[in-house]
Amino acid sequence: MLITCPYCGPRDVIEFTYQGDGNRERPQPASQDLDAWNAYVYDRLNPAGDHNEIWQHSGGCRAHLRVVRNTLTHDISSVAFARGDHKAAARHKAEGKS
Amino acid sequence: MSPRRTDAGGRIDRLRTIRFTFDGAPYTGHAGDTLASALLANGITLFGRSFKYHRPRGVLTSGVEEPNALVTVLRGEVREPNIAATMVEIYDGLTAVSQNRFPSLSWDVSAANQLGGKLLSAGFYYKTFMGPAIGPLKGTRFWMFCEHFIRRAAGLGRAGTAADTARYERMNAFCDVLVVGSGPAGLMAARAAADQGARVILSELEPHFGGSANWSGETIDGMPGADWAARAAGQLEGYDNVRLLPRTTVWGYYDGNVLAALERVTDHKERPGKGEPRHRYWTIRAKSVVLATGSFERPLVFPGNDRPGVMLAHAAERYANEYGVLPGHRIALFTNNDSAYRSALALKKAGAAIIVIVDVRPELSGEMRELADEAEVKILSGHAVVATEGGKALSGIKVQRFDMINGALAGDPRSIQADCLLMSGGWSPTIHLASQAGAKAEWNAARQAFLPPKPTQQWIGAGAFTGSFSTAEAIAEGRAAGLSAAGGTAAPTALPVVEAAPGDPDPAPVFEIKADGKSFVDFQHDVTAEDVRLAHREGFISVEHLKRYTTLGMATDQGKSSNIPGLATMAEALGKPIPEVGTTRFRPPFSAVSIGSLAAERFGDLRPERLTPMHDWHVANGATMYSAGLWYRPMIYGHPGETIEQAYVREARATRESAGIVDVSTLGKIAVQGPDAAEFLDRVYTNMFSTLAVGKARYGLMLREDGLAFDDGTTWRLGEQDFLMTTTTANAGKVMQHLEYFLDVIWPVLKVHVTSVTDEWAGAAIGGPRAREILAACVTGTAVDNATLPFMGIVRGKISGVPVMICRLSFSGEMAFEVYSGAGYGTHVWEALIEAGKPFGLVTYGLEALGTMRIEKGHVTGAEIDGRTTARDLHLDWMLSKKKPFIGSAMMDREGLIAPGRLELVGLISLDNQPLNGGAHIVEALDEADPHDSIGHITACCYSPALGKYIALALVKDGKARRGTRAHISDPLRNRFGPVEIVSNHFFDPNGSRMHG
Repeated sequence: MLITCPYCGPRDVIEFTYQGDGNRERPQPASQDLDAWNAYVYDRLNPAGDHNEIWQHSGGCRAHLRVVRNTLTHDISSVAFARGDHKAAARHKAEGKS
Repeated sequence: MSPRRTDAGGRIDRLRTIRFTFDGAPYTGHAGDTLASALLANGITLFGRSFKYHRPRGVLTSGVEEPNALVTVLRGEVREPNIAATMVEIYDGLTAVSQNRFPSLSWDVSAANQLGGKLLSAGFYYKTFMGPAIGPLKGTRFWMFCEHFIRRAAGLGRAGTAADTARYERMNAFCDVLVVGSGPAGLMAARAAADQGARVILSELEPHFGGSANWSGETIDGMPGADWAARAAGQLEGYDNVRLLPRTTVWGYYDGNVLAALERVTDHKERPGKGEPRHRYWTIRAKSVVLATGSFERPLVFPGNDRPGVMLAHAAERYANEYGVLPGHRIALFTNNDSAYRSALALKKAGAAIIVIVDVRPELSGEMRELADEAEVKILSGHAVVATEGGKALSGIKVQRFDMINGALAGDPRSIQADCLLMSGGWSPTIHLASQAGAKAEWNAARQAFLPPKPTQQWIGAGAFTGSFSTAEAIAEGRAAGLSAAGGTAAPTALPVVEAAPGDPDPAPVFEIKADGKSFVDFQHDVTAEDVRLAHREGFISVEHLKRYTTLGMATDQGKSSNIPGLATMAEALGKPIPEVGTTRFRPPFSAVSIGSLAAERFGDLRPERLTPMHDWHVANGATMYSAGLWYRPMIYGHPGETIEQAYVREARATRESAGIVDVSTLGKIAVQGPDAAEFLDRVYTNMFSTLAVGKARYGLMLREDGLAFDDGTTWRLGEQDFLMTTTTANAGKVMQHLEYFLDVIWPVLKVHVTSVTDEWAGAAIGGPRAREILAACVTGTAVDNATLPFMGIVRGKISGVPVMICRLSFSGEMAFEVYSGAGYGTHVWEALIEAGKPFGLVTYGLEALGTMRIEKGHVTGAEIDGRTTARDLHLDWMLSKKKPFIGSAMMDREGLIAPGRLELVGLISLDNQPLNGGAHIVEALDEADPHDSIGHITACCYSPALGKYIALALVKDGKARRGTRAHISDPLRNRFGPVEIVSNHFFDPNGSRMHG
């Protein structure tokens, strides 16, 4: 399997570390909603088909990537920096941080 | 002269004699022989004993699919079992032994097993080891006792116990076209692709390129096939864009056209050449693959088909044509197809007498009759072999009239004398790699075989692999595949001309002759046709279940010869056509792969090692080094005659009495920098870091998201936006990844940068009542008194001219300082500290003394932060800030994590003055023989010089409440049972008066 890192180009999967389901939503840090925390910590989607995953290019630039991978064929349809995730930026703002 | 060596012919080098031993007896062969061909040439037909019944077995095939002739090859103390004799190239000094026999190959006591064949039928193990469900033996130890012996009697080779000293290596390769298999199809494909300028790799599992051209006796372009193949391979060698890999088995086809291959670099040599590994594991990423893997000939299933002397027809042809060996002098053939006639003729030409061809088909073509006439052999058409005669070697066969429409036998059986019976049950394309690549095989009724599916990845098939069994077709398909794989178009030049014996590629649909006696389907796992039917009667109708219940196709040969006959038998029992029964999917590896090659450099002396800057000094000064992960650290600096315990007790005592110094360069160090660094640390640690003053350090604890403890260490604030975090040695990588994940994925807006600086700093911790005096004696540019350098304070200065950073913190419980310098100056600073410490009695101490002093202080390490303990369990709840959320704060108060009955950190004191054992369990009961349930376990133990006692840290159920009570440790494996007192984990100086000074 090849993952095309936006920095480093196409690299073998051996250079990457799987960092889990990319669909998980981390609750607000101060949230006491245990169900939401439980879902975030323990629940994982397991789709047969396209899956939104986080991979770290740990043997390369060390960036975390948001990868859409088909779990049936291993076809990768998109790779982007996880940092570019606007949801996370919006959430951060909502927390009232600079 | 060997009894069965032909006078001429073959590709062996008759001028070179090779000496080897088999079961201790010396033999000779020629260069180019396999162990199988050399033993056959010596008249040996008995190679091994079978898996369950210990039946005598000979050699069935001439290649990688061999199920019977498995041997163990010995090299010094190292033994490698279950190697096919057909794949072992002989070399001077080769030592091979047979397997699964006692006391000897020809006289084996367990052969009695075949008399009780009904007992050892399909599912024997499942039925037997469940034990009796009722009656006096139900669930008894007696039954488990028997199991031991039954399992010992069954089996193949015995694994060795000596460490494998061979070296293995890994290689990555990239190419435009990978050609797997170098028969006529593969050679043509490689040439065609190479001529297009493509980067080509051609792999061949045998030592020589050419595949069937080496033994088919056909003529290609006017020359013998073997010469044509040698010339073609020689030409390819001259191409810069072609890499030839002989002795290389492509064993796995993975996603993204990545293939795995095993190159046997030196197995055929007496000793490896300089720098040569034994095996090389290739990972090949190919734009396109040409699968030219050929086909396997199938055995026929009939009673006694496993007797030594019964062999596949093409294998005998190969032994004669390639190795100059006749597998017998009076040879009979049994076939359902035309290919055996060519074999008969080849053996006749090589000098054997061909007695009879038994053909299940009633009508034969004129071409086949002509071939038979040329071989001077009588044909018994519409007949079948119903039994074989002889003991450990074939002496004759029984044949009977056979109706292939209904499988009925008629007339009286008659005996024919023969010392070798060749069988051919048709051919199965070697579609393993295509199946691994992801697609389902398709049944072809004419060929009576599964043909390769439509490609699901970038591969093209050619030759016998596609079901095109003639060499002319292979040559045409090979060239077309090579061109297409390289993106070229059809070349106008003429194809090589093949002169070959005629033959219809389609066999008669006959797999089994039903008659009395054991008819083997899977030779290696001793599965008979009757076992398959029994499994069906017992309700196993899925082919996947059939496989697992009977173990059909599950031996080391993975059913290369047995799959199709097994399926056919099952299909017949089910009354369904074969394609409806389906086939199991092939999975990697295609053939056995050495574990060593998978580990390759990541093992033994080639494993990377991490050395601290002061490593050479430690070694030169008597340290016993200890491997901790990839790191090497001093365990003790022993004096002559000291035990490990005496050494660490001396080192720890001296540290507490005067001063000691230890190398702490291995601690993980991460620079956390940026405007939001303090905010980030507040979120990462359970305690506050934004309130930490510049020039001060603080001890911090991290939790995981699930609320369990993760790692601890001190973090130093070097500037407003500049922190130096330290982690435990073992978790340095994990913590780094953890921080990066949160910065990248969860809080990308935080302006923080993290950098691993573990290797940039050398660290020395110096502690003890006189540590401050030692520093004062060697540090310039700063004072080190209590006002300038208070507890958890940081100063910068110089030691022997080198800039250093000093933080006053303590792991040992003494007044202690960590001195950091640039890694390149580590030894220089270390030596300066040692020199300055001489008047003060400074000692160097290692991990053992470090551990001893931390146990005395009750500090936690990875043994206690084991992924199951919470901050509360470790009495670190004082570090859990209530003023802010942090990673793990939401989950740490979950019901289960605050419930009673959790394992909590305690100290233990040995009451019988005997050492406590790491990993020993704590029990409440006093009865050693019946200690009842464990209430916890020891995580760390030592002799404490400060207390004069053997002590330990332990995780004990409700440990805090048990302080002051007594229990026992139970360690039955090491025969240790003794009383302990449960105390606080802070054994020594609980108020910290020594480190605060």
